[in-house]
Amino acid sequence: MREVWIVGIGATPVREHWDRSLRDLAWEAMEKALNEAAGLRPQALFVGNMFGPLLSRQAHLATLLADYAGFAGIEAVTVEAASASGAAALRQAYLAVASGALDTALVVGVEKMTDKVGTEVEWAMSTLLDADYEAEPGLTPAAQAAWLMQLYRERYDAPEDAFMPFALLAHQHGVGNPYAMFRRAIGEKHYRGASVVSPPLTIFDMAPYADGAAAVFLAARDLLPPQLPQRPVRIAGSAAATDTLALHDRQDPLAFEAARASFARALQQAGIAREDVDFFEPFDLFAVYVPLTLEAVGFAAPGTAWEDARHRFGLDGHLPILTLGGQKARGFPGAASGVYQVVEAVWQLRGQAGDNQIPQARWGVVQALGGPASTAFTHVLAAASPEAAT
Amino acid sequence: MELARLWRSKKQRYTLQGEVCPNCQAKIFPPRDVCPVCKEEARTEFTFSGRGKVVAFTTVTQPPHGYEGQAPYVVALIELEEGPRLTAQLTDLGQEEPYIGMPVEMVTRKLRAVEGKRGILVYGYKFRPRLPWR
Repeated sequence: MREVWIVGIGATPVREHWDRSLRDLAWEAMEKALNEAAGLRPQALFVGNMFGPLLSRQAHLATLLADYAGFAGIEAVTVEAASASGAAALRQAYLAVASGALDTALVVGVEKMTDKVGTEVEWAMSTLLDADYEAEPGLTPAAQAAWLMQLYRERYDAPEDAFMPFALLAHQHGVGNPYAMFRRAIGEKHYRGASVVSPPLTIFDMAPYADGAAAVFLAARDLLPPQLPQRPVRIAGSAAATDTLALHDRQDPLAFEAARASFARALQQAGIAREDVDFFEPFDLFAVYVPLTLEAVGFAAPGTAWEDARHRFGLDGHLPILTLGGQKARGFPGAASGVYQVVEAVWQLRGQAGDNQIPQARWGVVQALGGPASTAFTHVLAAASPEAAT
Repeated sequence: MELARLWRSKKQRYTLQGEVCPNCQAKIFPPRDVCPVCKEEARTEFTFSGRGKVVAFTTVTQPPHGYEGQAPYVVALIELEEGPRLTAQLTDLGQEEPYIGMPVEMVTRKLRAVEGKRGILVYGYKFRPRLPWR
């Protein structure tokens, strides 16, 4: 396997972009990433998207985007793994470059959640579930997350506001992210007064659905141009794992086994231990996913991740998480989320995270989940050593 | 048109028909033909009693398209007495509040109406509080 480096990144602000289409958003992110790649051209385009056909009536998106970007003729394919689609596209691109099949690849995650409104969007989100046995009885991903909150509190005798720290942390960190949808910190009063979606889950226990696109440009080590405008970042580990699609088919719904397995494999590949991780980006589509992930991967003992979480997992804490606002404050642009997480981790590893910078960040771990860890993709990113940066 | 998709699963929706593994005797719902416990082939039909208990529950207030008329509705994670868990709405609650461990039983109810002039009504399982004489 060859070393794979991220040589360019780009993203759009996460918003309700009523005036912009899938192709406009994707091109803005791709163009920014290309501009950092010092003249390298992509040999293939890997698109992460899940709702193009359902919400924008657009299938065959990768070919549309390759065409729109002026890459007509190159290989292009859309990769779908629910809310982890962007991360899945990154992994496919990584595998292609690492194997030697390709020397360069462009990855773009893009989603338009606002081409439909109201119950149509919730209907699309329900396609993440088992259509016949979860969605047909009327379950939604938010209701499923509400079950997880109830089960967690029941098993561990956790308090009502056990999940509050993760919303507060995300919003506090979102202030420093120029692309974030919400750039205002929230207090305990806001959290406790939030409107209920599926009890006990409120709007502050879930990320807001939004539009956006994020891109990363990958190149094999031998192709790194001598004069890159930005420090490259190495993909030191990449791993994926699946669990049962339906939550009711899990022996233990709180186990998040795929999160554990993909995290362990990615770190093993990178040759680092949990203690080496300088910051972690878990997938907070729903706040309850965060403690379940932290406990599954071993950053907290079962039932304890929420305790003193704002202190332990803040920017100055032992393990900073959601360092640029996570899905909660940055917004959840569907399949693009997994690529936004990588873009934000690259900011940290280049030293471009502004007020949210983790000092001397060297190892960042990013994890995207498809549904309630029905799929998990983990990437370990490594800062370039000073000599590699020149 | 969703008719074929719904027709295919009617035995499961109307009668909770699943499977039993001939190798390890695990009861399986919904049917999956490969035993999730021992990974052997499992195609022997098995009809569940419909009795179970609530493991988790919540109320859907922001429903998906097609379910607007029903919201708010209670959707629960239910453990059947034969072992498997499934997802279903709770119904006939009256003044009763659902609780974890609540004994429930399967009933057949209208799940939703598929839109259109020739739209079909989808029937399937919901669960109600178990009646005292059962």
